[in-house]
Amino acid sequence: MKNAVGREIPEEIIEITGKEPFQGNYYRDDKPITLHGPTIRPVINNQKSKLVGSIREALEKCDAHDGMTVSFHHHFRDGDLIVNMVMKEIHDMGLKDIRICATSLGKAHSALVPMIEDGTITNIESSGVRGGIGEAISKGKLKGLAIMRSHGGRVRSIATGESHIDIAFIGAPTADDYGNLRGIGGKADCGVLSYAIVDGNHADHCVAITDCLVPYPNFPAHISQTKVDYVCVVDEIGIPSKIATGAAKPTTDQRKLLMAQYCTDVVVNTPWFKDGFSYQTGVGGASIASTQYLADIMRERNIRMGFGVGGLTKAMCKLLDDGMADVMLDVQDFDLDAVKSLKNVNHHRIPAAVYANPLNKGAVVNKLDYVVLASLEVDVHFNCNVVVGSDGMITGAQGGHPDTAQGAKCAIVICPLLQGRIPAICSEVTTVTTPGESIDVVVTDYGVAVNPARQDILQALKEAECVPLKTIEELRDIAYSIVGEPDKVEFEDRVVGIIEARDGTIMDVVRQIKEV
Amino acid sequence: MEIKKIAVAGTLESSDCMVTVEPAKKGIELELESAVIRQYGRQIRKVALATLKRLGVRNARVSIVDKGALDCTIKARVECAVMRAAEHEGRINWGGMIK
Repeated sequence: MKNAVGREIPEEIIEITGKEPFQGNYYRDDKPITLHGPTIRPVINNQKSKLVGSIREALEKCDAHDGMTVSFHHHFRDGDLIVNMVMKEIHDMGLKDIRICATSLGKAHSALVPMIEDGTITNIESSGVRGGIGEAISKGKLKGLAIMRSHGGRVRSIATGESHIDIAFIGAPTADDYGNLRGIGGKADCGVLSYAIVDGNHADHCVAITDCLVPYPNFPAHISQTKVDYVCVVDEIGIPSKIATGAAKPTTDQRKLLMAQYCTDVVVNTPWFKDGFSYQTGVGGASIASTQYLADIMRERNIRMGFGVGGLTKAMCKLLDDGMADVMLDVQDFDLDAVKSLKNVNHHRIPAAVYANPLNKGAVVNKLDYVVLASLEVDVHFNCNVVVGSDGMITGAQGGHPDTAQGAKCAIVICPLLQGRIPAICSEVTTVTTPGESIDVVVTDYGVAVNPARQDILQALKEAECVPLKTIEELRDIAYSIVGEPDKVEFEDRVVGIIEARDGTIMDVVRQIKEV
Repeated sequence: MEIKKIAVAGTLESSDCMVTVEPAKKGIELELESAVIRQYGRQIRKVALATLKRLGVRNARVSIVDKGALDCTIKARVECAVMRAAEHEGRINWGGMIK
């Protein structure tokens, strides 16, 4: 069956998963749903200690079993040691058929590949996967299906009970012996625990793992003692130098600086750029440069940012520290400056649910004026692909892309026209991860295209004469005239993964890659 | 054009390719390794074979390690490797067979 972005979703997949094909962004708006609660074992006995001596002991006490679902969060990014530590123990116990429900998996987790091959891990739910795991899934080594969800989509699936977590493992930079967890302090300081909060709320069992045990009470707790069954102290939960890898030097790449300039020109010449506007941006060189250009214009015109949100960087936090933004709402810190900025009383941690869950009574993304995003590919229907490489291999993550793009009044995608020989603007993306109806403006080094559905934006930019406007087809044609039209990548029939839309419908499927 | 010895042109930098040409007894043997083989393998082969034909190379073993080079780059690297392998440097007919 063809879904609302024209992707063929096999009947078989609809049957197996019980999911519907994507029907458009507002399909589930205002439709009643019932939320799911966990089955917990209360701690009434005040003699009970929550401290356990090892991960193994925690697993045994939480009734670890074949076929269970375990969850993880990715605030330690490439420095994460928790996933491998826990999965090794599960593997050593000889457990099989495990489902991993992670907020994201990356290059730090290639040790999981042999466990995929030997049937320890048979299902993966994640924002995305990079490195060895992505390759293993694309080559068909995972027995079950990989499900890729946005950050908001993950909260939705857990809160509605679609994803049921048996044991959540939460890496905590600091913890006390009764399970009050904080994202700040300790040796593996990641600032926030925002993505793991839903795990605490909905998992049957919850194990905190820390390398910095502090006296009770570890307050104010980001995840409360009321959610945590056990606390396990280990030597190391993360490699600090790899946690804050987003601290990129300002880019000097002229192509990126040009796109940054175009992006800022788009922002300041559209109607939402006025006192109190809201903004989210990413960690790429062009995004950071455009934030700096934007700051100059804000200063010039005496315009303040009402709030900034997202995975935060130095460039965004500087706006707060310089008194040019009122509030920062934080779900993740990409560099140490963002972690440090948490000292500012107007820098607030928010749970992923508040940030982006589409099926609550309104997430922060709904209040965004602008979001600046990147994309591996954008097609002439403005569909974006941020998960599957142009060569067909899974190599990225949805993150908050579909959430913020849908929520923001003006969603801007920055994307160089060519990545080496690969045209980023193409006739049809390899896989749709964010639907074109969410994307309003595409900024490339060869010009700026506005979604024809947004005549208001097109009109504003035309009047301002600020950027070279092109149609998206023109951009694609320029790309193809330089590099030639690429052949379609060939896939096997077998579906190895699902790209889930924010609301739980199926946006697209990912098939097994064909060997060449 | 007769290939007399093994010769190389190009680099393994991004957006370049390294072309090695060596003597062979019969026909053209083309080996391709490319970062974009799934999308552009067919096109790269086409360009390389057309270039060899234009240069009048009938017998050669050609290997291309491609890092996303554009057609013009592939053409130029193949031409250069062939000229070197044919010991033809210094006698290049610019604007003739080299376009």
